[in-house]
Parts: sequence; C-alpha cells; structure tokens
Amino acid sequence: MSLQSPPLRGVHDDRGATFTEFGGWEMPVEFDGIRTEHEAVRDDAGVFDVSHMGQIEVRGPDALPLMNRLTTNDASRLDPGHSQYAAITDEDGVMIDDTVVYRLPDRDGERVYLFVPNAGSDEAMTERWESSRESLDLDAAVENVTHEYGMIAVQGPNTPDIVTDAVDESDTVAALDRFTATDATVRGVECWIARTGYTGEDGFELIFPADDATAVWDEFVPACQPCGLGARDTLRLEAGYLLSGQDFDPDDNPRTPYEAGIGFAVALETDFVGRDALQTQNEDGVDENLVGFGLDERGIARHGYDVESIDGDVIGTVTSGTMSPTLDRAIGLAYVPVEYADPGTELSISVRGRTKRAKVEPIPFIDTV
Amino acid sequence: MSFDVPADRQYLESHEWAAESDGTVRIGISDFAQDELGDVVFVELPQSGETVEADDNFGVIESIKAVSDLYAPVGGEVVAVNDRLFDEPELVNDDPYGEGWMIELEATDESESLLSADEYEAQIA
Repeated sequence: MSLQSPPLRGVHDDRGATFTEFGGWEMPVEFDGIRTEHEAVRDDAGVFDVSHMGQIEVRGPDALPLMNRLTTNDASRLDPGHSQYAAITDEDGVMIDDTVVYRLPDRDGERVYLFVPNAGSDEAMTERWESSRESLDLDAAVENVTHEYGMIAVQGPNTPDIVTDAVDESDTVAALDRFTATDATVRGVECWIARTGYTGEDGFELIFPADDATAVWDEFVPACQPCGLGARDTLRLEAGYLLSGQDFDPDDNPRTPYEAGIGFAVALETDFVGRDALQTQNEDGVDENLVGFGLDERGIARHGYDVESIDGDVIGTVTSGTMSPTLDRAIGLAYVPVEYADPGTELSISVRGRTKRAKVEPIPFIDTV
Repeated sequence: MSFDVPADRQYLESHEWAAESDGTVRIGISDFAQDELGDVVFVELPQSGETVEADDNFGVIESIKAVSDLYAPVGGEVVAVNDRLFDEPELVNDDPYGEGWMIELEATDESESLLSADEYEAQIA
C-alpha cells in the first residue's frame, strides 16, 4: 500500500523536513532538530502537522447512544463545544484505540460528534461504528472525513497570544477553557479550534478543510517553530501521555485503561463495549500498572528493553523511552507488577545487555497544564 | 544538502572516519552521519588499553531518535578516548571531524572496505 501524504507534504519538503512513515502516512519527523523543536514548545511556541490523525463525524438522533456504546467516557456530559478524552475498548476491556471526542454545534437540530482516532485506524473505527450502528439498529450517520480535513497543533506557553492574534474571533478564542472548542476563522478559512493538545503545554488544535491547509499553516509559521513527530514523541512522553501501538497495542501489548493509567476516562455508569470486564477489574484491582521511570545511569532505555527487579528477575518491558530534552536525563514508561509500581521503587533496565539502575517516578515527569 | 567530507581521511560505508597522524589513528563519525542521527545524547566507547578489531563494533552512539553501533575502520589498541563526549555528546554534532572525535588507536590492521573521501562522497550523494 502506498503511503498517504498530508496536504502539507510539499510545504514541509520545501522547508527541509525529513520524513518518516507513521500509521500509513508520510509525516515530517524533524525540521530543525528534535531538541530545538522540543524546547520551542516548552519555552515559546511550536506548530505540528497532525493531519495523519483520523477524523470521523457521527450525527443524527442516535449519535449519543452510539458514541456511548463505543467509547469508555460519557459523551452525554458534552455540551456543544466541549470535548473529552476516551478509550475505545473491546469486550475484554482491552484498548484498541484512544481518542478525543468533540461535540460540534448541533446541525438541523441534531447532535454532531467528531472524534479523532489515531493515524491509520480511521477505517477500522469507521467500520466499528457502522457495524455497531447496524447491530443496535441506531439512527446515526457515520462519515470518515479524514481526507477532507487537515489538522495542526499549535502548542506552547506563548500560543494563546499567537492564536488569538491569528483568528478573527479573538475574544471567543481567548476565552476557551481546556477541552473546549469553537468555530473560528484564520485567513478566511473556517476552522474548528480546540484548546487541546498532546504536549503537556497550553495550546490549540485546529481542524480545517484540507484544501486550505497551506493558508492556515502559513499563518503560524514562522511565529511558531515547525515541529515534527520526533519532538511530538519526546514532549508527549515527558507529559506521560500514551502512544498507541507502543504503550498499548491490542495485538502486541493488550492493556486496559486501568492498567494504562487512564481510568479517569472510564465512565462505568454507561453501557459501553468492555464495560463489564472493566467493572470487574476496577473492583478487583489490576495486576500491572504503567509506571514512569528515570534511569540513574548514562544510557537510554528504549521500547522493548527488559525491566528487571533489583534481584535480576525480568518483570516487565519498556514501552516508551527517550532522553528527555527538558530534564536532560533518560526517562521512560513500562508496565510492571503493582508491587513494583510505587514511586521510588528501584528497578533495573537491561540496555543492550548492560544492566542500568532505574527508579519508578510519578507521571507526568514535568508540570503540565 | 551537501555534507563536509574532508579529503585527509578514509571512511567506512557505515559512516565512520579514520585519520592518521603521528603514528596513531583517530576515529569518529562523518558529518552526514551526525546529521542523520540528529541530537547526539550519549556515546559508549571502549577504554584505553582495550583492543578493537577492524570492522568490529567498538561502541554505541545514541541520539534522541535512534541508537547506532559504531564500527572500527582500523583495528588495534585504544590509546586515547575522547572522554569529553561523556559530558558533551553534542560535540559530535557540532564538530564531527574535530572536537567530536571518539577514540585513537595504535593501528595494527585496517578494514578492507576503507573508502577514499571521493568514494564516500559518492556513496552519500
């Protein structure tokens, strides 16, 4: 299968970006160096092309019951312009994806939701929504609009000023709280703009017609440092956010929201797929937890490396690991038995056959918004 | 994008360079390699007195995004290690042919795959 290109592929190429394959998309991994881009987001402002993220619209009289059947959170809590983080689980409560669900303004008197699954899973999620709609005999339209929209994330402490300057509706956008959103116009382009992001910083995500992507991107560059997936990964890891396919994966590393530390996104009072399994796990407790760790010795603990107890028993596997540009030391995430999950617990990581001392640390590793 | 490929040294396809002076051979990685790796954050090198074989793995270099083995263009006894790199690994990015050198060897053999600067430049073109 050939790689999908984001609408801004040519713009990034002209800017000298290097590219990588991610979720079936050819995306910029680096523009000016991961450290430079990372620091720009922590200290100032950065802009990411995240057009590889899926966009699926669900609307109609039964849009709410369909969303609540297939996501772990409670979409009935959402007023128009509000959004929430949620997991998508199977019957066993295993996460098959994570997502942000937006409630858009009602259209023709009916509810409209837009949810953003991970790159490459938009088709599978569309099929999941459609088949559930059929089996439950619900009246809702499900439309995969991934290729109709571009999406950027503008992130960093200085982005509120930059973004309010860029939009026609400055006062409305300036008043957005975390996880709220509104329509706004950038260079004549109608955007859906939300105060969300995946870096741990204040910031905004904008969704707009793919054909207008260049105009929107150009509004934020050069005021914001262009950033690639490399910096996105170091930023989200410092914030303790999960990476689909790495920190959970239904095939290679099946995990429930409770194991992954996102129990806050599970609304057991709703009747979603996987609810009963998660209710049981919530009552009985988990056997393993995702923990943060820091390495006490030089080196980097990367995805797939063994985690050992100080007695040398293999007790887990690193799911994500990097050198933190903010902290200037190696950090990572791993699933370990709950008896090893308390902050301060000493562990070892086998880094290419060499044992390195590590300690469990609280997540997030940095202060986040 | 063009990369610096000094003519006064030899190269391996795996992007290490070797430069002889005063009877010892200094080893590092090329400008192209440091650019591909991005921000270098960690190097693992042998200690003085250890012996490395030509074409064998003598250490590891890690950037934020990748980990790579280092291969020796020449073999012999390690007589000097650039231990500044342990605290300032970014020297590899800033000055790969100068301050970012890695080890010096008393060379006893060399790889049969050594490339001239012209040959290496053609490889990365």
